[in-house]
Amino acid sequence: MLPEAISAMTEELAQLGNPSSLHNAGRRARRVIEESREQLAEVFGARASEVVFTGGGTEADNLAVKGLFWARRGADARRTRVLTTAVEHHAVFDSVRWLCDADGAVADWLAVDGRGLLDPAVLRTALARDPASAAVVSVMWANNEVGAVQPVVSLAAVAREFGVLFHTDAVQAAAQLPVDFAASGVDAMSVTAHKLGGPVGVGALILSRGAAPVPVQHGGGQERDIRSGTLDTPAIRAFAVAAVASARRREAEALRVGALRDDLIRQVLLAVPDAVLNGPPPGPQRLPGNAHFSFPGCEGDALLLLLDARGIACSTGSACTAGVAEPSHVLLAMGADESRARGSLRFSLGHTTTQADIDALGACLGEAVTRARRAAGAATR
Amino acid sequence: MGLRVLAAMSGGVDSATAAARAADAGHDVTGVHLALSQNPQSYRTGARGCCTLEDARDARRAADVIGIPFYVWDMADRFKRDVVDDFVAEYAAGRTPNPCLRCNEKIKFEAVLDRALALGFDAVCTGHYARIDPDRGALLRAADEGKDQSYVLAVLTSDQIAHALFPLGDTPKKQVRVEAAERGLLVAEKPDSHDVCFIADGDTQGFLARQLGTAPGPIVDVDGTVLGSHNGAYGFTVGQRKGLRVDRPAPDGNPRYVLSIEPVSNTVTVGPAAALAVSEITATRPVWTGCPPPLAPVECSVQLRAHGEVYPCVAWLDGGELAISLRAPARAVAAGQAAVLYDGATVLGSATITATR
Repeated sequence: MLPEAISAMTEELAQLGNPSSLHNAGRRARRVIEESREQLAEVFGARASEVVFTGGGTEADNLAVKGLFWARRGADARRTRVLTTAVEHHAVFDSVRWLCDADGAVADWLAVDGRGLLDPAVLRTALARDPASAAVVSVMWANNEVGAVQPVVSLAAVAREFGVLFHTDAVQAAAQLPVDFAASGVDAMSVTAHKLGGPVGVGALILSRGAAPVPVQHGGGQERDIRSGTLDTPAIRAFAVAAVASARRREAEALRVGALRDDLIRQVLLAVPDAVLNGPPPGPQRLPGNAHFSFPGCEGDALLLLLDARGIACSTGSACTAGVAEPSHVLLAMGADESRARGSLRFSLGHTTTQADIDALGACLGEAVTRARRAAGAATR
Repeated sequence: MGLRVLAAMSGGVDSATAAARAADAGHDVTGVHLALSQNPQSYRTGARGCCTLEDARDARRAADVIGIPFYVWDMADRFKRDVVDDFVAEYAAGRTPNPCLRCNEKIKFEAVLDRALALGFDAVCTGHYARIDPDRGALLRAADEGKDQSYVLAVLTSDQIAHALFPLGDTPKKQVRVEAAERGLLVAEKPDSHDVCFIADGDTQGFLARQLGTAPGPIVDVDGTVLGSHNGAYGFTVGQRKGLRVDRPAPDGNPRYVLSIEPVSNTVTVGPAAALAVSEITATRPVWTGCPPPLAPVECSVQLRAHGEVYPCVAWLDGGELAISLRAPARAVAAGQAAVLYDGATVLGSATITATR
């Protein structure tokens, strides 16, 4: 967490007051909430009334995907189609799958290209095939694994042409890219605090006034009767402080981190010449803090163990509940085969990353890959 | 200078305490939980199983308490191929396999050890109750004879033993539980696992029937007289008395036991207890870890099943096979089990039983 977010949060933790209460302490808390809402709205290019607080990005995604689907199908029973991609975060991906398995939805998994990008023409074709059956479109702003930045503005414009609501999961994009809700033309957008240097467990669904999702959870109706649950004043305060600070630093930080990332790519390819960079090339189509490689002949979890032992934290993608590494659904959707998907690692760079970190990786990666290859050879015996 | 040690952590008290001891001994320990089931159960059914999500969580918690890195390795495919499928095939062939022994041989000290060595580890540590003679590298029975697991480790080669660490071998189980509690390991009171870990409900017959289908065949006496029928010869084990479903009692009124299982004709032969007596055993694929392959017959003792009796014997090599002559007959010796030779507490070697007389 950013230091200013920590101090805002701890200060607020010492205060009393439920923002829904009408007494003095409640009013004080309500004021903190509303000021935070206004600050967040400004950061994300939205109106304050469009910000619906949630318990994080996953809840925001569930509310958008399920809630908007239920609302549209409720109004018109023919609208059963959800259009999305196979590279979405599990919060969207599994919500769509659940709607299909349990609630009669039909998913249109729009094909991405080898870089993980969705061509707006693909969305247009899918919508044009049967516009009256479309309930909602959900396409992430930027991919959390391979860093692909989708052409959200063009995609949202296509959805609008057909009168279909467009949701985007901007959880990963919000910290690194200028994310402007109004200018993007989307109807709903998920964000979360901890990607911006705020606390975990708080986020928001930014909703245009025309979008009225059916609630996923019921209760006091605190947030526009769309989201129930007592608002977490300290976390929301820290969310806003972090978002403001992150927005202020974003441009300079993106340049700094992007340069480090470019050097990381250079050093990785130097140490392991046959490594393959997954996702779009560095540039506007890729998050500056993301690098993602396939190391042929390696298992990602063996590499992770070896690098972890040298103080380098990286990630293989998704893990199931038991902690068994599964091949990334993102890479599979981009056309990778299972062995390439299993031999992949993501390196994320952030505000604490330094040149020394990159150099440390460059120094030990070659040996780690050699060992991991030997281990993979042992495993196939 | 400590070793780089990979601790296999099942989620139970033994492997957790073993990992903690290895770390205390100055080794650089990394914990690994082996995911062995292709469809992990969410929760334990009773105390069984070593591959539920709850066990994975218990192992992770223990690693956190000890303060070591922890990973889950997916060994489900290897486990199915080398242990589960082998278990089914052995029963189908009329033998009685020991899957724990097979798992030690093929998974913990082959698949896991090979991967560990390739990744730069020096040894694999487990919570087995057995000791290793530091001078000779031989496997020894555990100090706690009631818990001794040298039998299920006796298939290991000298090279495998050289890369094994059994930190619990000198300690009674009771004391391990006390120590685990003192260390703050939450699994201190977790019940021991029993039975076959991949048969969650403990119903081996039902499991085999699902895998192999029904195959009706005759139950005969030693003269070949048909006494009844069965739904699959694989459902029987030599020495078994219950569940024979033979209509006629034996002429002498004594109970009948399974004497042999013949998979090709799908015949189960039954007879009196006296016919179960075995004094000559042939066993295949001998492994010698406590002595060099003997050039002359060796006076020693042999154990013929896990937690089974120990019989004085003479053993010698006959071609590539191990021949064992028991000083006094043993009862109900099943093909597929290991014959493990001991000299006192020292494991001399082992082989898989193929025939008995």
